Amino acid sequence: MDQLLSVEDLHAGFGSRVAVRGVSFTVRAGEKVALVGESGSGKTVTAQALMRLNPDVTLSGAVRFNGEELLGVPERRLRQLRGREMAMIFQEPMSALNPVYTIGNQIMETLNQHFGLAPREARRQAIALLARTGIPDPEIKVDAYPFQLSGGQRQRAMIAMALACQPKLLIADEPTTALDVTVQAQILALLDELQRDLGMAVLFITHDLNLVRRFADRVAVMKDGEVVETGTVAEVFGQPAHPYTRELLASRPDTLDDAPGQAAPRLQAESIRVAFSRRRGWFGKTVTPVLHGISLGVPAGRTLGIVGESGSGKTTLGLALMRLIQAEGQVTLDSTRLDTLSGQALRASRRDYQVVFQDPFASLSPRLTVGQIVGEGVALHFPELDETARRQRVLDTLTEVGLAADSVDRYPHEFSGGQRQRIAIARALVLRPKLILLDEPTSALDATLQKQVLQLLRRLQHKYGLSYLFISHDLAVIRAVAHEVLVLKDGKVVESGPTRRVFEAPSQPYTRDLLAAALLGT
Amino acid sequence: MSLTPGQRAWRRFKANRRGYVSLWLFAILFVLTLGAELLSNDRPLLVRYQGEFYYPVLFEYNETVFGGDFDTPADYLDPYIRDRLSANGNFAVFAPNPYSYNTLNYFAKAPNPAPPSSANLFGTDDRGRDVLARLIYGFRLSVLFALALTVVGTLVGIVLGGLQGYFGGRLDLTLQRVIEIWGSLPELYLLIILSSFFNPSLTLLLVLLALFGWMGLADYVRAEFLKNRQMDYVLAARSLGLADRQIMWRHVLPNSLTPVLAFLPFRVSGAILALTSLDFLGLGVPASTPSLGEMLAQGKDNLDAWWIALSTFTVLTVTLLLLIFIGEGLRSALDTRKG
Repeated sequence: MDQLLSVEDLHAGFGSRVAVRGVSFTVRAGEKVALVGESGSGKTVTAQALMRLNPDVTLSGAVRFNGEELLGVPERRLRQLRGREMAMIFQEPMSALNPVYTIGNQIMETLNQHFGLAPREARRQAIALLARTGIPDPEIKVDAYPFQLSGGQRQRAMIAMALACQPKLLIADEPTTALDVTVQAQILALLDELQRDLGMAVLFITHDLNLVRRFADRVAVMKDGEVVETGTVAEVFGQPAHPYTRELLASRPDTLDDAPGQAAPRLQAESIRVAFSRRRGWFGKTVTPVLHGISLGVPAGRTLGIVGESGSGKTTLGLALMRLIQAEGQVTLDSTRLDTLSGQALRASRRDYQVVFQDPFASLSPRLTVGQIVGEGVALHFPELDETARRQRVLDTLTEVGLAADSVDRYPHEFSGGQRQRIAIARALVLRPKLILLDEPTSALDATLQKQVLQLLRRLQHKYGLSYLFISHDLAVIRAVAHEVLVLKDGKVVESGPTRRVFEAPSQPYTRDLLAAALLGT
Repeated sequence: MSLTPGQRAWRRFKANRRGYVSLWLFAILFVLTLGAELLSNDRPLLVRYQGEFYYPVLFEYNETVFGGDFDTPADYLDPYIRDRLSANGNFAVFAPNPYSYNTLNYFAKAPNPAPPSSANLFGTDDRGRDVLARLIYGFRLSVLFALALTVVGTLVGIVLGGLQGYFGGRLDLTLQRVIEIWGSLPELYLLIILSSFFNPSLTLLLVLLALFGWMGLADYVRAEFLKNRQMDYVLAARSLGLADRQIMWRHVLPNSLTPVLAFLPFRVSGAILALTSLDFLGLGVPASTPSLGEMLAQGKDNLDAWWIALSTFTVLTVTLLLLIFIGEGLRSALDTRKG
């Protein structure tokens, strides 16, 4: 096969900051190549450099497409190539589609731009493309605005746009990252099918090794702006040559191997109900139920995993149990009824149950030092400690979660995502709680960091006998930490039980779908 | 060494030369005029008369003390008294500009308004008062008034806007309607009506302007609080067990102050302008008070006495420009996207 795209010694930088240093790889016609790396590895910059999409980036090296050197050509020629010969789909279809035009309009724009099609013909083709990408009722959906479609449908519409001119190369930049696992699997299958039928090449950019293994023919692994390893998927996954590739492969969370013993229940919840009411007009109200009577129990020193796709109500359930939103139902923590507490008594009880949130950039107040953030709860719940004792306790906890002692006087913006999540864990841990709610604590982190944080959480659980309520959409993570699991869909419990049992022999079709979609090749 | 977010903002502010220099100039002018009594005064700072020291700037002495005929406060501009004070070994140290804002020089040689001369550097107004002295005192009064108005308006705006934004719901709805009604009252007419009821005074003006001045800021603070109360760190603070009061004070407020700070210089300049225009219209402070607006009105009435309008205009323009430059610098310093 001939080379469709060949990149040689590509350098890219923003001003004095170099993002990509000397990247080389090739894509043959009709081939699926994956570019893998963690955040900041330069994979998106590389992808955008191929089409010279970002005018702020200074580029050097060589990018040859069909034998034509792209880095020197005038903007006019590039505009002919973009969309016509190589097309791109993006991570977040909601922001990549223009909200004020219908999707039909946006597909027709491409067709008009490159082929000069008349509106009627362009519309006919747009409908055909939408049908091809599996959107139901394409004649109706062609007139829909992006917000009227679901996340999966939006990504399908983006793909339809990209395919409009039958490009030779499709660049897919994390096309499934923003989607739920079951939708992810569908989009991936669609891309696979289209690639085969149309014989186009796909450059697939992702951080998810699972997707690479399932989708790609060849893979290039990027780290710090360089390609550290290339090869066929079988080679790279079978015999990784570079230490970083090995580390990346090893960063898949291990399965939990704790002995499944019995433990006394620590947190008990009975028929938790939450409904959001919204004002309608002056007097009316509409009530939307979010959780329909959920009961659960978390044993002492164990982890209950709560799994669900977006919109299943898993975060709402967590907040309801922590008394952070209005809810009905009984919540008991070690024989204390939490749901009947209020005011001062409720605030005092919070010492026993703490929360770690998903986004470590949003959950730390930017104007307080790490010491102040971690020490705040100590001052509140342990007023008997004096200044020195309090500081000592903060320092001990920071060391415990693996942070240097000098971080105490620094500000959150000086830390990386993984370190920030450790600070958030320290803030919860310093109160010596009985239970910690972990709401997607690792989903904002790269794979290698994710594994470290999970290991830290497990170590702390063993040491302090903590109970965890672990919310995640990622089944691999749940399998790595949870002793018991509860599958949530549309505010109802679909299935629950010991993690091993649920993963090996799911009794409900939804759980089976979820597992099939998530664990992909493994 | 790690810098606090405040220190980083200060560093960005310093990098903006124009704003930084403006801040210094404004601070120097303000500090100098705070001591206006030492700069421009019709009473000497120090007098030595027949072997004894007197401090007329602090105490009032009668003419008889210095050998005059009348048992009334000494007029140090009187050539007779001046003679006595400079005779054999006596001396008097005058302020650089020997007039106060209300001094009438009964011994002046030129008719009023008098053009600039060595006696009155910036000339006199149509009542014979020294223009420079009135400018110095007028500047001080304007800035002090504006600072007071800004502080009051900002505090009220933060408290009410913060409460609205943090608690939302019914409280927010009610207060928003109150603001809408209150904000649609015709402020100027109200001032005209009230100034005919009451004796116009600075305090009255301060109260009236503050009653209307807090609304614009309250809207911004409300929006910031609405945004910040949704942040995870606020949820985290609640789950730590902090009370609403502590969450607002420690977590939401510090992160909501950016618009407040960025607006401060503009609010000060707005307040100076408001006081000046009211004085210009004659709705402001009583005529004896040194006021830039009253000087502008005089300048308009005495167009041939160009020195009144020109000097007042210059002082106002420079003051407002400095404040706007400071505001610009502050705004770019608070923009965290810049390093």
